[in-house]
Amino acid sequence: MRGKALFACALALALSLTSVHVAQAHGLIGKRFFPATLATDDPFVADELSLPTISYLKLRGTEEAPPTKQISLSGELSKRLSPDLGISLGGAFIMLDPDEGSSVSGFDNLEVSAKYVFFKNAPHELLLALGLSWDVGGTGSKKVDAESFDTWTPQLFFGKGFGDLPDQLELMKPLALTGVLGWAIPSRVHTKKFETSDTGEVEIKKPLNPTVFKWGFSVQYNLQYLQSYVRDVGIPAPLNRMIPIVEFALKTPIDGRNAGRTTGTVNPGIIWFGRYFQLGIEAVIPINDDVSKNIGALAQIHFYLDDILPKVFTWTPFHGVLGPTQPQ
Amino acid sequence: MGRLLAAAALLLAPSWVWAHAFPDHSEPRVGHTLEASPPAVRIWFDGRIEPVFSTLRVEDADKRRVDKGDARVSSADGTLLEVGLPSLPSGRYRVYWSVVARDGHRTEGDFPFTVK
Repeated sequence: MRGKALFACALALALSLTSVHVAQAHGLIGKRFFPATLATDDPFVADELSLPTISYLKLRGTEEAPPTKQISLSGELSKRLSPDLGISLGGAFIMLDPDEGSSVSGFDNLEVSAKYVFFKNAPHELLLALGLSWDVGGTGSKKVDAESFDTWTPQLFFGKGFGDLPDQLELMKPLALTGVLGWAIPSRVHTKKFETSDTGEVEIKKPLNPTVFKWGFSVQYNLQYLQSYVRDVGIPAPLNRMIPIVEFALKTPIDGRNAGRTTGTVNPGIIWFGRYFQLGIEAVIPINDDVSKNIGALAQIHFYLDDILPKVFTWTPFHGVLGPTQPQ
Repeated sequence: MGRLLAAAALLLAPSWVWAHAFPDHSEPRVGHTLEASPPAVRIWFDGRIEPVFSTLRVEDADKRRVDKGDARVSSADGTLLEVGLPSLPSGRYRVYWSVVARDGHRTEGDFPFTVK
């Protein structure tokens, strides 16, 4: 019994450290196109659908728990309420397959979020946004250790393209950065848990739910930008729509026994974007062996609803039909 | 399976499916150096563009407009935006374009070229 409890705790810790935060918005500012990133969120609001996002990682075994394969299937729907305000609803189905013992699966908590773009500068390809994410406690399955409490995460987003560099650095112009800084605050500081020991005694435990600094960024090199605005190097279609990218998805607990210890992944990959959808695939490389010693994978199909059916999907309650995501 | 392949081909087809107007290629080529002044600047987009809302101009290094002011969408090719040029002296030039695709989606951009 105690072994099961430890296994569950180990999985909960691993999940909290590795769960994929599904990425959302794509957008244009000036002549810069920013794709929706896979592992970190980006600063745009848009009408779009990520379905599915698939991630795979084999978690490290511990003294209490065997190595476990983790597969996540997730999706997210995003909707603009105004040109600069958007909301999102996301969910994930988690499958855990330990090397020893039976597999478990279930839904993770729903995630509801809002984002407001408060600063745009088209000539400098710069965008800033504020967001608030709500992990709705109790909506997921206890089998995959979805938390029973809410977590609120205020966020600051940024996006910056480097098309304003001097011509002497022209090959750097297709570079862009996006990033997010978030402060995840659990609504319950301690969670009361009842555990039965091997001798039959019932123990009450109150593990701390740490506040976590969630941060991440992406470095991307847009080949369409290179070909169309800087130098035509002869890359043929459809390869000229590719964006090599490296994402960093990181978490640093602020309190608790792991306070100050950063975990997360570095994800090199490729995004290909078209008119109506984009495809992305990344390797998932843990930055340390706290969670895994293995390389995982992350893939996503992402639909631009505002381009597929603008009159349907870009309707807003106060601003009418916005139309496709327009360059600013 | 055949239907799936057809749907995939439709989604991945490069040209007419793309209502979103991004440049496909141009003459002069983006960022290239020419031995002599070109007679015109031509940009082929990956979808048809609206003639009324599409603009194209060429400026020299001092930001003086140097094209002939006759920018137009080709009547024979709805994806081609072009403007005539006089004989240009050696120097670096920049092309500015703005187009509206048939779905109303506006895109804009610029690129350099050099005359040797």
